[in-house]
Amino acid sequence: MDIAAPTIRPPSGDPMLPRLFRIERVKKELSDTFTMEITPADGGPFHFRPGQFNMLSAFGVGEVPISISGDPGDPELLVHTTRVVGSVTAAICALKPGDTVGVRGPFGSHWPVEDARGADVVFVAGGIGLAPLRPAIYQIMADREHYGNVVIFYGSRTPEDLLYRRELQRWRGRFDMSTEIIVDRATGHWGGRVGVVTKLIRGGGFDRHHSIAFVCGPEVMMRFAVQTLGECGVTGDRVFLSMERNMKCALGFCGHCQFGPTFVCRDGPVYRYDAIERLFNVWEV
Amino acid sequence: MVEPDKQDHPIMAIDRDGLNALIQRLAAEGYQVIGPRVEDAAVVLGPVAGVADLPAGWTDEQSGGHYRLVADGKGEAGALFGYTLAAQGWKRYLHPPRTRLWQAHREGRSWRVEAEAAPQRYAFLGVRACELSAIGVLDRVFDNGQFTDPGYAARRSGTFIVAVNCGRAAATCFCASMDTGPKAHAGFDLALTELPGEDRAGFVVEVGSPAGAAMLQAIPHGPAAAADIDAAERAVATATAQMQRAAGGREMVADAAGVLSRNAEHPLWEAVAARCLGCGNCTAVCPTCFCTSVEDTTDLSGEVAERWRRWDSCFTLDFSYIHGGSVRRGTASRYRQWITHKLSYWHEQFGTSGCVGCGRCITWCPVGIDITEEARALAESEGRT
Ligand SMILES: Cc1cc2nc3c(=O)[nH]c(=O)nc-3n(C[C@H](O)[C@H](O)[C@H](O)COP(=O)(O)OP(=O)(O)OC[C@H]3O[C@@H](n4cnc5c(N)ncnc54)[C@H](O)[C@@H]3O)c2cc1C
Ligand code: SF4
Ligand code: SF4
Ligand code: FES
Repeated sequence: MDIAAPTIRPPSGDPMLPRLFRIERVKKELSDTFTMEITPADGGPFHFRPGQFNMLSAFGVGEVPISISGDPGDPELLVHTTRVVGSVTAAICALKPGDTVGVRGPFGSHWPVEDARGADVVFVAGGIGLAPLRPAIYQIMADREHYGNVVIFYGSRTPEDLLYRRELQRWRGRFDMSTEIIVDRATGHWGGRVGVVTKLIRGGGFDRHHSIAFVCGPEVMMRFAVQTLGECGVTGDRVFLSMERNMKCALGFCGHCQFGPTFVCRDGPVYRYDAIERLFNVWEV
Repeated sequence: MVEPDKQDHPIMAIDRDGLNALIQRLAAEGYQVIGPRVEDAAVVLGPVAGVADLPAGWTDEQSGGHYRLVADGKGEAGALFGYTLAAQGWKRYLHPPRTRLWQAHREGRSWRVEAEAAPQRYAFLGVRACELSAIGVLDRVFDNGQFTDPGYAARRSGTFIVAVNCGRAAATCFCASMDTGPKAHAGFDLALTELPGEDRAGFVVEVGSPAGAAMLQAIPHGPAAAADIDAAERAVATATAQMQRAAGGREMVADAAGVLSRNAEHPLWEAVAARCLGCGNCTAVCPTCFCTSVEDTTDLSGEVAERWRRWDSCFTLDFSYIHGGSVRRGTASRYRQWITHKLSYWHEQFGTSGCVGCGRCITWCPVGIDITEEARALAESEGRT
């Protein structure tokens, strides 16, 4: 198997100008995290590939990169899940249905979902890292017969930090996929597993020689996940991960997202691990 | 006067009146002419109305952390382009320190976004060979095969370029070893070489584009004498010779790209960090550093929003900030990012070096950190030089 992290060209025109989208629905996911569904003010569908992201703007406040977390099979509705951590994410969170948000995108490389056909697919998610993986999960489940085992390993800090709880329940109830969850610290009535996500990886459930892994979460978590996957036989050429860097343009112009010789906004965010292994292990790149 | 042959432009000559006519003609055609002038004891770029505005009789002395303007003793009759490089390059015109990207007006719960109007057309007078290369580098950055920066493209395509070849290298110059100078080979509309020696010397002129040919037609000019063509070539050869390391000049070490890519882990980074102030001067004066940040603002009524882009520097802590903390926390990793990007990553990103050998970062570094010496120290530690 030889799969590269692919890129596709976004629409032409002035790439600096945001397209306006109307907020249709806002759903509170966690105390600090919300999902919004938006539609273009000028009509028309919004096509994207799983793993790609948009630059979202709040009027007069700023612009931030946010992954697309909806279903690529439903281009009529654009979905983003955002955690409020600062000024721009707070301003976007304050918007109500009927308000307007600026969108530039989609940008970046995507999870090689089609290329993984025939193999087992292992998703390793940490915290809000489940959001950029969800479109890939949707696409694979809509094309289920073309894949081997589908396994989701999801770790979060506490049970209160688990994203998409209803959906996780539904996935856990399905016979054609396996969804395993672990938390760093049990709180309340948590009766599930406690520990780090690598513990789940070691539990297996996938064919070590015929698996593709998609990994997204905090950088430290990804480090351990990649290492454990390697120990379980999933080599770097079959591991894909999504990198995060500061971004001010998503076009390759601002320089902020540089990760070694690559621009995370254009060459990433999804990378094949063996392509960045060397950089990944150097301090402060 | 002869007709320049448009197929195969012969080498022409103009005198100072011809140069004056060129400046005026460019202005008459709607260009804002930007050229060198003396301000605050330095050569800087700014609007020029005629030859009288140019830095006649001034030359410069540059070394690590040091710049001084020096009179050549001939005053008005002295060379117009006897200095090497203005402190700030042309970057500030093509890729300004601050630009508005767009404006938006609130309309009920929606907004209306307006793109920016067409920019000013510039004519650049006195672009050095290394600076032409730097403009070529920026051209690749802002048209990367996937996206084009429309503002840069508009400013760039409207620009008329008069290059001036160097007859002298400053102690900080190393374009010869970067293969970017001291003679301009392409990328100009007209290229001048100031003839050395005599008072109020004229120029040998090469034509680089149809627009350049047309412009030359419109001003007094004549064929260049063989002796003048010779003298111009010798002037450029002098500058090249001055940069030879064997003759006390400056060179970038061979295979700098490989040296940097092999040494991400090296004690040198901490050693440089002990001297580097992290001020970002090098990135501000570098003609190819392109990094920017954006700022969104609203007016007092909250009805109009604007997005501004401004120069940024990889030497700031904020530059690599993501939630939880900056990626490049120490000066060591920031200096490593800067020099590795310039000399190595750039090749992978844009198929060219990000350093053109202008030496500005050496001159304007308050503590005189020297990109050629740091690269050489890494190479020497590999035991290859
Ligand atoms: C490719 C990509 C996809 C992302 N997807 C999501 C997502 O789906 N959901 C989500 O909640 N978050 C996501 N993030 C992180 C999100 O972009 C940041 O949380 C956000 O930029 C913080 O902005 P702020 O103004 O609210 O915070 P502040 O802390 O006030 O940020 C100040 C500035 O720092 C920068 N910044 C801060 N944190 C980050 C960060 N983590 N990544 C990049 N730049 C940062 C931004 O430029 C921001 O303008 C993604 C980041 C990247 C690079
Ligand atoms: S790195 Fe220094 S010498 Fe090289 S182009 Fe930039 S300012 Fe000039
Ligand atoms: S050296 Fe630093 S400021 Fe200059 S282009 Fe590279 S990252 Fe940007
Ligand atoms: S985000 Fe600006 S270059 Fe990648």
